[in-house]
Amino acid sequence: MINVEDVYFTYPNGVEALKGVSLKIEDGEFVAIMGQNGAGKTTLVKHFNGLLKPTRGRVLVDGVDTRHVSVASLSRKVGFVFQNPDHQLFSETVEDEVSFALKNFGFPEKTISERVEWALNLLDLTEYRKTSPFMLSGGERKRVALASVLAWDPKILVLDEPTIGQDSYQKERLRQFIIQMNRQGKTVVIVTHDIEFVAECEPRVILMASGRVIADGEAKQILTDIELINKSSLILPEITQVFMRLNDFGFPRNVISVYEAKRLILERIPGGI
Amino acid sequence: MAIIEAKNLTYTYPLTEAPAFRNVNLNIGAGEFVLLTGPSGCGKTTLCRCFNGLIPHFYGGKLEGEITVAGLNPSEHPIYEMAQHVGMVFQNPENQLFALTVEKDVAFGLENLGFPRDEIRRRVDWALKVTGIYDLKDRAPFELSGGQQQRVAIASVLAMQPEIIVLDEPTSFLDPLSAKNILDIIHQLNKDLGLTVILIEHRLDLAAKYANRVIAMKDGCIILNDEPRKVFLDERIRLMSVGIPKVVRLYLLLREDGVDMGRVPLSPEETSNLIREVLNLDKC
Repeated sequence: MINVEDVYFTYPNGVEALKGVSLKIEDGEFVAIMGQNGAGKTTLVKHFNGLLKPTRGRVLVDGVDTRHVSVASLSRKVGFVFQNPDHQLFSETVEDEVSFALKNFGFPEKTISERVEWALNLLDLTEYRKTSPFMLSGGERKRVALASVLAWDPKILVLDEPTIGQDSYQKERLRQFIIQMNRQGKTVVIVTHDIEFVAECEPRVILMASGRVIADGEAKQILTDIELINKSSLILPEITQVFMRLNDFGFPRNVISVYEAKRLILERIPGGI
Repeated sequence: MAIIEAKNLTYTYPLTEAPAFRNVNLNIGAGEFVLLTGPSGCGKTTLCRCFNGLIPHFYGGKLEGEITVAGLNPSEHPIYEMAQHVGMVFQNPENQLFALTVEKDVAFGLENLGFPRDEIRRRVDWALKVTGIYDLKDRAPFELSGGQQQRVAIASVLAMQPEIIVLDEPTSFLDPLSAKNILDIIHQLNKDLGLTVILIEHRLDLAAKYANRVIAMKDGCIILNDEPRKVFLDERIRLMSVGIPKVVRLYLLLREDGVDMGRVPLSPEETSNLIREVLNLDKC
């Protein structure tokens, strides 16, 4: 469980990125943190594995205050995948990259090779095993970064903008993968701008603006709230935009799913079908 | 008249065996807004690198077939010359900006080409204005938001007054509102200046309504090349990892259940209008 208690954070250059954030993420939750660039989303999640320590307030991960433990020990529990994979990749081959942390954590050889195999397979990277990560496309490098974190099986997964540069097939795989991880009991936290992706996943949404949490609730409720959406430089999901325009004809406004949209329209077909 | 024409174009990167794309035939007219899409690694970025001569001058490798861009064969003209005809904007503006002020960044290309001072001044001011960042001209690019930075990247390309602008996933690092604003600016430039736009995008939801043509590539080949509504109706698009807009999904789902909306919608507005017609809502 992650417990954020009235956290303030100021960067050394004086920018106050978090201004009193409190929230609780229970084990096994799936949470999307959304908001404009500069709202403090990435700063907040960097507190979850101790990369940043609060200037004021505290963050507890499974009851442990992040100020008193190293990033190395926290990261066994909290796996963090950065927005820009180039900030995290450095090895000569994809395989070395994925096994690096496992070696560092001192896993036995056999476990390492099994885990690497599993992670490469899961993310469709087996064919690139011996390739340099820097020869791969942006979307593929992101998957290498994800594989290298998944390999050590952290209990909490934090993914910063996981859908950037992914085509629709990879996005769908990512969605299924997140749901699968979540069903297995992992806590998944994503930071994202991708409205349509969130509309498909329907996680709990935490909306941030100017270093504060401005809303926290179900995707369906938050993504269809025009006032909140405008405040955070997001846009309404496409389907919601359709239904807002049909509101005068007795349709609900808060529709985000294309399947729900279809059902609502079919109900109104003159004479039925 | 075609501004980009390719005949049986095939390209292979150095030290690789399989071509990155092969037998590409293309005919893009001046003033078109083309959406180029396809799964990761399909060769779309590589194809665009041929337009301004980055291929073959910078990347090397083997380029076969014919290509003409703005009347020139890019293989026979240096990149700095092609850059005056074809502007490139990349995914991450941070990789493209480097000067200490926005104005200097936008002026850089022209200074390099030795344009007279007055001409540089005039073009830089114009580029800053059409992208809506004139007020930011004295700021440092690295202090700006992602959306503002991407506008600076577009302005620095526009200052060269190219006939063609190629944008490689220009919105993927931006928040949705900034992304929409960038696409609106590109659309405006296309409409007002007749600038030929080649937009590489995975996210067709935002861009589909502006394009007059969608080209979809897979495994180095062009699979579909037609107007958006026809492309979205083609069965093949769904087999090739191209994310069609949600409103098109809705159209297809309704069609499965025997409800015909009349035509394929490209925007939420069009969709709600078609639903009103189908359901006879205005007569009730």
